[in-house]
Amino acid sequence: MKIAIPVDEKSLQSNVCVSFGRTPYFLIYDIDTKKSVFLDNSAAASTGGAGIKAAQTIADNKANILLTPRLGENAADVLKAAEIKIYKTTTASAKDNIDAFIAGKLPLLNEFHAGFHGHRGN
Amino acid sequence: MRIAVLSGKGGTGKTLVSVNLAAVTKTSTYIDCDVEEPNGYLFFKPENIQEEEVSIRIPKVDEKLCSGCRKCVDFCKFNALAYIKDKLIVFEEVCHSCGGCIMFCPEKALTEKEKVIGKVQKGTSNQVTVYTGILNTGEASGIPIIKKLLARNKPESDKQTFIDCPPGSACIVMESIKDADYCILVAEPTIFGVHNLAMVYELVKVFNKPFGAVLNKCLEGENPAEKFCLEKNIKILVRIPFDNELGILNSNAEIAVRKNEKYRTIFSSLLETVKKEVHHETTSNS
Repeated sequence: MKIAIPVDEKSLQSNVCVSFGRTPYFLIYDIDTKKSVFLDNSAAASTGGAGIKAAQTIADNKANILLTPRLGENAADVLKAAEIKIYKTTTASAKDNIDAFIAGKLPLLNEFHAGFHGHRGN
Repeated sequence: MRIAVLSGKGGTGKTLVSVNLAAVTKTSTYIDCDVEEPNGYLFFKPENIQEEEVSIRIPKVDEKLCSGCRKCVDFCKFNALAYIKDKLIVFEEVCHSCGGCIMFCPEKALTEKEKVIGKVQKGTSNQVTVYTGILNTGEASGIPIIKKLLARNKPESDKQTFIDCPPGSACIVMESIKDADYCILVAEPTIFGVHNLAMVYELVKVFNKPFGAVLNKCLEGENPAEKFCLEKNIKILVRIPFDNELGILNSNAEIAVRKNEKYRTIFSSLLETVKKEVHHETTSNS
C-alpha cells in the first residue's frame, strides 16, 4: 500500500506542505517495503488547475492513500475517481503522520474547499 | 466616442462616474462590463429589457473513441482534463475554451458542446441605452460576455458610449478598454488609492490610450492621488468632493445628476472636459 503526502522538503522528517496542488514535492511511502520516493510536483507552477494535475500525478504513481491538511474540490473529484482514500494530517512532520495513519489515528478528510480562485482584480 | 471608466480596485467610483456621465449626456449608451458584479442597472432601473444568453464551447468526450493517449491532458495549460481509470474527466469550469484538446485528439474523440456562462441585457432609462453583462457564479472568465457587449455596440459617432469596467488591470479590463477612445481613471485620496491608480495608469500607458484622472472622495488637506497625478503629469479632469449628500443619493441607488443641480453641473463640466480631451487627441494624432 502506498501513501502520498505533499511535503516541503525531500525528507521523511520534512513538514507536510499546507498546499496540496502547489506543494514542491510529493512523498510516496510504501508501507510494505518502507521505501520512500520523492516526486517533483510539476503542477506547482501551473496558472490554474494545479490540484487537478497534482491529483493526476498521485493517481499515476499508484498511491492508495493521501495524507494532506486540506484539499480542493476538483482535486478531490480526481482522487475519488481514482479510488484514493484521503486522510487529514494532524501534526507537522510527514513521518509522524505516517506513523499516526498506520496506528489508525488519522481522521478521514471529508471537507473540501472550493478553491482560492475568482478573487477580483488579479 | 467610447469612454472607458476604470480603477485599480472596487469602490472608488467607476459606476458613480460612468452612470452620471451617461445620464448627463443627451443620448448615450452605458455598458456595464463589470460582469462579476454589475450594478449600473440598479441606478438606471432600465425598462423594456431584452435578454440574450452567452455561451462558450467546451470539450465533450466520446469514451468509445478515446484511446487514453492523454495528448489532451498534457496539452491543457489550465489542467482542465484528467485521465483516471481509463476515463477522461473534463472540469468544465476550469476550461478556457481554447479548443486545443479537440485539435490535438488523434482519435477525434473530443467534440465541442455549448455551455451557457451568462447573459447580456439591454434596456432603456430615459435617453440612456443600458447594457448589462452578467456572468454566472463560478465561471472562469467573463471575457466572452464583454466581447458580446462591446460587439453589440459598434461606435456611433453621434452617440457617446460609457464603459463601466471591472476593477483591476487584468485581462477582463484589457478587453473592456481595448476599443476605447479615452480612459478615465477614478482614484481615491489614500495611499492604497495611489497604489491602485498606479496599476491602471500603467495599463493605459501599455495600451497607448489617452487618459485623465477623476479624483473622487476629495477631502481638505493632502491628497496622495493628486500628488501622484502631478508627479506623473496626469491630467486631472475633476475633483469630486467627499460629500454626505452624494453618498446618500448613491446609497439609495439614485442618479445624482437627475436629482441635484450641483451634481448636474459637476458631471456636465466633466463631460465637456472629456470631450475636449478626446477632440484634442484626435486632432493631434491625425
